[in-house]
Amino acid sequence: MTAQPNRLPPPFGLLIDRDRRVSFTFEGRRYEGFEGDSIASALAAGGQWVLSRSFKYHRPRGIMSLAGHDANALVQLPGEPNVPADLAPISEGLTVRAQNVSGSLRFDRDAWVGAFARFLPVGFYYRAFYRPVGAWQRFWEPVFRRKAGLGAVDPAARPADFDKAYGFCDVAVVGGGPAGLSAALAAASQGAEVCLIEQAPLLGGALTYARLDLQGHAAAEARRALLGELAAASGITAMTSALCNGWFADNYLPVLRGNRMIKLRAEELVLATGEIEQPAIFRNNDLPGVMLGSAAQRLIRLYGVRPGARAVVLAGNPDGYGVALDLLDAGAEVVAVVDPRPAGDASRLAAAVAAKGVKVLTGRMIAEARPGRGGRRVAGVRLAELSPEAAGRPAERFDCDLVCVSAGALPAYHLALQAGARLAAEGAEERLRITGLPERVRLAGGVAGAHALDEAITQGWNAGWAAAGGDDTAAAQPHVQVRDDRSGLDVAAPCPLPTAPLGKDFVDFDEDLQVADLVNAVAEGYDEIELVKRFSTVGMGPSQGRHAALNTARIVARATGRDLAAVGVTTARPPVMPERLGLLAGRGFEPDRLTPMHHRHLEAGAQMMTAGLWWRPAYYGPESERQACIEAEVRAVREAAGLIDVSTLGGLEVRGPDAAEFVERLYTFGYRKQAVGRCRYLLMANEAGSIIDDGVACRFAEDHFYLTATTGGVDRVYRTMLWWNAQWRLEVDVANVTAAYAGVNLAGPRSRDLLAGLVEGIDLSPRGFPYMGLREGYVAGIPARVLRVGFVGELGYEIHVPASYGQALWDRLLAAGGDAGPRPFGVEAQRVLRLEKGHLIVGQDSDAMTTPEEAQLAWAVAGKKAFFVGQRSLALRARHPSKRRLVGFALPPDAPLPQESQLVVRDGEMVGFVTSVVRSPTLGQTIGLAYTAADAAEPGAGITIRLTDGGLVRGQVVTLPFYDPKNQRQEG
Amino acid sequence: MKILRCPLNGPRNISEFACFGEVVEMPEPAETGDDAWADHVWNDNNTAGVVREWWCHLPSSTWFIAERDTVTDKILRSYPASEVYGERRDFKAGNPST
Repeated sequence: MTAQPNRLPPPFGLLIDRDRRVSFTFEGRRYEGFEGDSIASALAAGGQWVLSRSFKYHRPRGIMSLAGHDANALVQLPGEPNVPADLAPISEGLTVRAQNVSGSLRFDRDAWVGAFARFLPVGFYYRAFYRPVGAWQRFWEPVFRRKAGLGAVDPAARPADFDKAYGFCDVAVVGGGPAGLSAALAAASQGAEVCLIEQAPLLGGALTYARLDLQGHAAAEARRALLGELAAASGITAMTSALCNGWFADNYLPVLRGNRMIKLRAEELVLATGEIEQPAIFRNNDLPGVMLGSAAQRLIRLYGVRPGARAVVLAGNPDGYGVALDLLDAGAEVVAVVDPRPAGDASRLAAAVAAKGVKVLTGRMIAEARPGRGGRRVAGVRLAELSPEAAGRPAERFDCDLVCVSAGALPAYHLALQAGARLAAEGAEERLRITGLPERVRLAGGVAGAHALDEAITQGWNAGWAAAGGDDTAAAQPHVQVRDDRSGLDVAAPCPLPTAPLGKDFVDFDEDLQVADLVNAVAEGYDEIELVKRFSTVGMGPSQGRHAALNTARIVARATGRDLAAVGVTTARPPVMPERLGLLAGRGFEPDRLTPMHHRHLEAGAQMMTAGLWWRPAYYGPESERQACIEAEVRAVREAAGLIDVSTLGGLEVRGPDAAEFVERLYTFGYRKQAVGRCRYLLMANEAGSIIDDGVACRFAEDHFYLTATTGGVDRVYRTMLWWNAQWRLEVDVANVTAAYAGVNLAGPRSRDLLAGLVEGIDLSPRGFPYMGLREGYVAGIPARVLRVGFVGELGYEIHVPASYGQALWDRLLAAGGDAGPRPFGVEAQRVLRLEKGHLIVGQDSDAMTTPEEAQLAWAVAGKKAFFVGQRSLALRARHPSKRRLVGFALPPDAPLPQESQLVVRDGEMVGFVTSVVRSPTLGQTIGLAYTAADAAEPGAGITIRLTDGGLVRGQVVTLPFYDPKNQRQEG
Repeated sequence: MKILRCPLNGPRNISEFACFGEVVEMPEPAETGDDAWADHVWNDNNTAGVVREWWCHLPSSTWFIAERDTVTDKILRSYPASEVYGERRDFKAGNPST
């Protein structure tokens, strides 16, 4: 059995179960604790006080807050770095390692760094290591990354499952101490649904560990009474081991619990987050064995661990005397209580300490803690007189293995400040209060400066009552008997700062910053608190300034001769505590959109690509034969027939008496006179006259249009239509039917023959169904809308059917013609085919400024129309002629293939850029679209493209389309 | 995350909405000179204070108007666009010469 020499007998140890022993290892050595122990408490029970080495100087560090608030306690678990040892529970067989250690935790090879501290002044890395050029990146940075840092990421770690939940409540209460419990009870008494969020495994807050009275029972009694009321109340969901890690607008609260993030929306919020006890500043204040008074009380009451054998207590307030009494109860010797206040403490607790024969020394401060052999634990303290009269007296020294510090507190401000409040000081006083809370956020208890138990409970009750909409005439409070012997509490007043920096007097333990570092930062000219932070990195470590913000502000105030109120503190941002990335990542909720024929594409061996949220076939066949597959698909369309899934194409139904007027206003072309049964090109401009979408208008009736839109643009087009009509109030109904229809394009010289055997009610003859015609009928027995359009430049039919028939249509069309049926083709082949026809793709061949004229689409802009969106701007822009044109170009067969976005240059100046380019299998040359100078846009003009390597490729502007210039094939 | 009240769907997370900027009456194109038109198309008022803004609830494509204080980011009121745009709007033909 492993020894637990520091374990105290019951009743100490509220959290542990002494019947369940748990063994684990730390730095390869086996330790034993009880179920309920944290790593840090079990190690303390076993006599292991050093938990880590510090960030910069590799100094040994131990328990400081025992509340997960400091970086001292961060340890490495298998697969997870930077775990707070004072929060993480032990489990059987757990392997724990120390962090930031060179060699061993006991003998750190890099501890020499501390001896050279004066050569590593604050901000040294900004200045010292930048010459010669590149030295930082190549040499120094890797050195520092090795020497300084926290845990290590284990690339072989097994991924864990994380998830998210969504919660709603009327009132959320953060903090399950006396104020929070009372707030929850008050809100629930008004019928509110309440969420109570407590970070610790137990409700009760300070009542679980603090000492309020002479006997030491009052806290436990008050806690029992409050929990009794809680058990009797209804409507309260109490969550323990749950961390509210941020505040977002309208009380949106991320609550972390294990591997789950609960996104909690609260109508009203009560912050009862309590206080953060502050460290005192003296030389070697970071030695293991120097800890906050509350940390010692947590060890004793929560874990039943004696924090030391011989203690010196720094008591800047009555709580310090409570700590002294607790230590005596735990069987420790209290060598001295040091109280910086000249008159000492007037509370009954202080009187009790004196009555027990403990030496109480007032008007003094700890000047220095002395390390023991090996520097791994405090061995004594040296005091200093504070009054000038006593300055000449010889310094008092005491031997001890524990220094407990009760040096004042700061409101646990993070959530309140994230919600928009500020930490403010009044006049010359050295305490900070939270002011300027937004609506629907309230404070109660320690965070609001209420330290006495009755005050905290009353504040909590009032906050909960008001949050639940209770009227101002106060209702009954919880029936809790309250005893608190800490009269005249002035806990927020901090202990005095040392008059001069002594070295190793740490302000920020995470970043190893000493008093002189901050004084020097001010001397360098960084005299605003936000600049001090950025120059020195104070408050940037894992503890987010919890223990450093107040002392930093005090030091800067003194160094600049200002009040604390004028200096202020730095901004607080989420998260409150470091959080695991898994909680943020979790599952993705981005949907994938699949067409009705999706599985047929996969069966046919298609390589799929994304188009917005949609998945589309890029080409059919193995990746290794990409180019050959695409060329074969192109050839099939040009020579026989191909079939492409165009279900992703946008579809919009426009119906109503004003349908034609509506389409006319939204698109540049004329549609009022478009015949029923005909298709017409659609070109949409924005208010600035730039092209934003295109498609085809199908007129089924005087008052009914079916419009297609680009796959990526349809949602925006639909939204834009509704936006305009919210202002125009035309009698028209618009429906986005994109997903309601599946669509295919059957294209190629054989398409008419293939379709002939499948249609009913449609005359396919060139005269009966001409180019740009529109028919309704049946294809393979499926009700269909058939459009004779020619995006790829061959005879072709676009067939739109209800989505549920999509796969059946696909199957029937592929089966048509037996072995000589159409070949499926993908998006890549379609891109080649449309480029051979010179068709632009909006968004690829156009940008935010492209006008119809620049894109050679002036023919699609109606001259005689009362109004269309973009019309007025195009008239304006026509008076400032554009200097560029979108043209087709061809390159010699032996020229290197340029890439899209490469520049078109003339005399070394950019005049445009390439938007699309392919090697055309049909034409046997490289063709593309590019912007070039408007005065060099005539067919036959030269065009020069600059490649990435600076090389130039020369070609010619050619007439569009490249393929079948007279459009005989598509119109035949 | 902020909450915005959609007149059709009630209070929803702001991530479900898109803002389309301040509600500005489009001037009559046929009667507006180039400078005034360019000002309308390209310039925003960027008011510090209470503004009427276009918002769209994206999953339902519902357009509406919200009054928001751009200084405090507080949303004061939201209502259907028909409160402001109650009448059919038609445009005159033609363009001014300048």
